[in-house]
This record gives sequence, C-alpha cells and structure tokens, in this order.
Amino acid sequence: MNLSYLFDAAHWDLSAPGGFPQLILAHLGYVALALLIGTVIALPVGLYIGHTGRGSFIAINSGNAGRSLPTLGLLMLMVTLLGLGLTPVLIALTVLVIPPILTSAYAGMRTLDHRVVDAAKGMGMRPWQVLFKVEVPMALPVLMSGLRSAALQVVATATVAAAVGLSGLGRLLIDGLAVNDYSRVLAGAIVVAVLAVLLDLFLALVQRWIVSPGLIGRAQSRPRRVTT
Amino acid sequence: MITFEDVVKVYPGGSTAVDHLSMELPTGKTTVLVGPSGCGKTTSLRMINRMVAPTSGRILIDGRDVAGQDEALLRRGIGYVIQHAGLFPHKTVLDNVATVPMLLGKTRREARTAALELLERVGLSAEFAKRYPAQLSGGQQQRVGVARALAADPPVMLMDEPFSAVDPVVREGLHREFLRLQKDLGKTIAMVTHDIDEAIKLGDHVAILREGGHLAQFGTPQELLDQPVDDFVAGFVGRDRGLRSLSFDTAADLPVRPLTSAEDAELVLDDAGRPLGWRRGGAGPLEPTAGVFTTDDSLRMVTDLAITSPVGVAVRVGADGKADGLVRHHDLVDFLAARRDRRAAERGA
Repeated sequence: MNLSYLFDAAHWDLSAPGGFPQLILAHLGYVALALLIGTVIALPVGLYIGHTGRGSFIAINSGNAGRSLPTLGLLMLMVTLLGLGLTPVLIALTVLVIPPILTSAYAGMRTLDHRVVDAAKGMGMRPWQVLFKVEVPMALPVLMSGLRSAALQVVATATVAAAVGLSGLGRLLIDGLAVNDYSRVLAGAIVVAVLAVLLDLFLALVQRWIVSPGLIGRAQSRPRRVTT
Repeated sequence: MITFEDVVKVYPGGSTAVDHLSMELPTGKTTVLVGPSGCGKTTSLRMINRMVAPTSGRILIDGRDVAGQDEALLRRGIGYVIQHAGLFPHKTVLDNVATVPMLLGKTRREARTAALELLERVGLSAEFAKRYPAQLSGGQQQRVGVARALAADPPVMLMDEPFSAVDPVVREGLHREFLRLQKDLGKTIAMVTHDIDEAIKLGDHVAILREGGHLAQFGTPQELLDQPVDDFVAGFVGRDRGLRSLSFDTAADLPVRPLTSAEDAELVLDDAGRPLGWRRGGAGPLEPTAGVFTTDDSLRMVTDLAITSPVGVAVRVGADGKADGLVRHHDLVDFLAARRDRRAAERGA
C-alpha cells in the first residue's frame, strides 16, 4: 500500500475520465444537492417547531432515529424501489442530513432569550419580522453548527453513490477494492478526508461572515473597528 | 390618557390576575403601578399594548379602544421598555435604536441620524453607536432601551421594571435622568415597579395593587403617604411615611426667625452675608452649620438640617446665598401640627 495513486499526475488531469478533479466535482455535487434539499425540508420544519413549541418530540427523536438509520441499507432499499439513478442516492443522503439541521434549527429557536423576542413583539414587529429580523439571526450560530455537522457527515457518506454505479470519490474505494489496488483505496480515503476538512473550513468562513459579531465572543471584549 | 374600564384578566386555569380594574392614567404624566408580586401590575401594563388580551373590559388610549386597532401598528405608536432592556444582541446600539422608525418606513439613513441624537439625549456618546449590547454595562443597556422606546417619539410609553436590574448607584442616576427627560418630553407613561420608593419618587400618580389584581388605592404620592385608605396601603408605603411625605412640601410657607434669634449661639457670616458656622457662648471654635436650605427645598430637608445642626437650628439662605432666616426644632413641630390641623379641617369640610 502506498501513495503512488494519489500522487500520479495523470490522475489529476482535469479531462481524465475517472481522475480526481471529475470525481471531486461529482462528489461535491451530491453533497451540495443533499444539503440543499435537506435544508429546504428541515429548516422550515425545525424553525416552526422551535418557534411554536408544537411537535417538539419530532425534532428531538428525529435526531436519534436519523443517526441510527444505515445509509447504505436505505440506499439499497431505494434502488430496489426506484431503480438505479441519482434519485435513490439523493434520498438516502437527504435522510442523513435532515436530523442535524432539524435538531439545530429547533434548538436554536428554543434557546433564544424570550425577553428579546418579547421586546420585538412589543415594539410592533409582525410575526414574520420577529422571525426573520430577530429570531433567525439570533439562532444563526446554532443553525450553522447543525449545517456544518450535516456537511461533514454527508461528505463522507456520499461515497455510497459509487456502490450503485454513480460517480464521486466512492469510485476509488469500490473500484480499488474490486481490483485489489489498495493505493487507489487509500487515495480515495485521503481525498475524502481532506475534502471534509476544507468544506468545514469554508462553512466556518461563511458562518463568520453571516453571524453578527454581537452574538459571539469577539464583540464582548473589544469594540469592532468602525467601518465607514 | 389611558383608561381602564372594568378590566378583568383570568388566566386559563382560573387564576385571576386583574380583577375589575378601572382607572385613568392622565396624559403627559407618569403613573406608576406598584404592588407585591402576583398583584397583576405587569399583566395590566401588557394589556395596554395588547401583549396580553383582557378577558373582559376595555382599555382606551385617548378614547380609542386598543382592541379595535391593528396590533403591530398600535405597538409601534407605544414606547416599550422592559427589564434587562431586551436589546437585540445581533444589532449595534445604533440599529437597535433605529428599529421602530425603520418599521414605520423611515430610510436607514434617516433612522440612524435620529437614533444618534437620541443616544446623546439619554446620556450616551456617539462612540457607543457602533457597539453591540454585549459590550455595554447593565445601566448603559437600559439607557439604550429607553432611547429605543423613544425613537419614534410615541406619545405613550410603557415601562416594565425598567430600573430594577441595575445596582442602586446606577439606578439613582437613571432615576435623575428619567425625571429630567420626562420634564422635557411630557410623555404619558405607565410604569411598573415593585419598589414603592421608586414609585413615589418617579410617579405623578401611583396605583397600588394588591394580590389578586385589586386596585387598593390610586392617588398622588403625597395622598398615599398622608391618607392611606387602609392598612394594606399604609403597610405598603412603609413606616416612615410621615417623614417621607414631608418630601412633597417645600419650605416656602415655613416661617423663619431673625438671624439673631438663636439662643446662646451666634451665626457667623462672611463679608457677603453667607453663613460660615456657629459660635457658642461668644467664644470657642466655629462649628459648621450642617448645610442650608432655600424656599425651594423640601420640609424633609429642613427637618434633617434642624436635627443635624450642632445648635438645633436650620439656616435659610436666599438665592444669592445670603443667610436670611432661622428655623428651630420646635418651630417645625408647631408648623407641622398647624398643617395637620388645617388639613384635617379641610378634609372634614
């Protein structure tokens, strides 16, 4: 076992079929789609449950249920039901990302300072203004941590796409194992790990950019430099 | 004017928070709702801006029933200050203050310009504008809370225990500024507190509520101190209410004696006629006067001076600082006795 596959320049050629660039792109495509669909479904539900307090058992239990569901098994079931293709893969990955996003949206809303929300209502904000101008901005740090944890999980698990004939970095693992090319398997594992770290760093930057400095430690010790 | 008409609030589960409350909070004045916990004072306040819906009865602001009005629009026209300020932690101080003007359709620039002026008005310099609430002390946050409530220049302000989360020294300062601001602005203010001293100090009128949401007495601070309607009110306003009620009368009507009238002590004046101190028995060291009063000062202060003076005499000065009269212990006793008899006669008539 060695790193020769990873460092073979031919595998990094942009146009090489089955090369790293194309596999990474496909892999990120699955990740992005799953996160997008998962967020569109889980975020509103989590915000609603957190805002109203109704159905909180869904938010709490979905986290545990989702974590215990084997993605590979779910994928095989979906393929059996729907046939090969992108859809069963996306369903399996979306089921994986929903729990952390749902749970964090719920938790973010439940832990808000109710006095601030009370003040917002008392000042004459309409319910949707309270939600989008006060509650969501205040819950953003918790929301973002849920999104980051979902992203980490899905970037590792998206390798299952290769098990049902799709692309992505899972190809290196499946094909490498099939032909006993352990250098290829190792390369796949390393690239997945590096991708996960880079994605988390990227989301950390996004978080820093969209979360108000007033909500994090940065603002408490020294005043933010005034930009005019 | 804010009018409560036979307002009742019963919470689900049957506990009565407010029981047939009727009262009028006059325009341009501060009315303080005060009482022990569970007396329904906060519930009553929150019914004014419809944060709580009454079970029955009506609340009117300048004759208009609040129940008929759009909730959000009603609240934008009413300043709202709560305990711990409730500032938006994710917004700068400036944007916190600019909130309501922007809800009312002002541009960001207009709202921020107005907000900056208001910050100064509540005693915060422009350097605070770009900070976040977490970077402010409790007292500063409360000032921002007041500025935020004043931002849209609402005629009515609701204040729910606005000064209870800060330490006594800061509270004292906030009280002074509150009185100064209210003198300038003349808002119709409803304030809730559990502190009777705060109520007496800040209120033009005070409504004392008791457990179960009954109005025990409504009146000026002096009326509550001089004529409590029952033992509950008397107990609530405190044991030293007699002495405290002297805070509301100035020394304007208090007769004084000539400067030379003090027995076995001489008031020593400087060249300009200002008192320097007392000298006993024609010789000996000069003893300080313990302070002086003018006709604008309260009877309570005169009493205090007469008690602490080394010779039992309070010294009155004119606006120019020149001593112009003396008041002895027993002069005060006579004056207060005469005042009490006169008031009793008025009440009887």
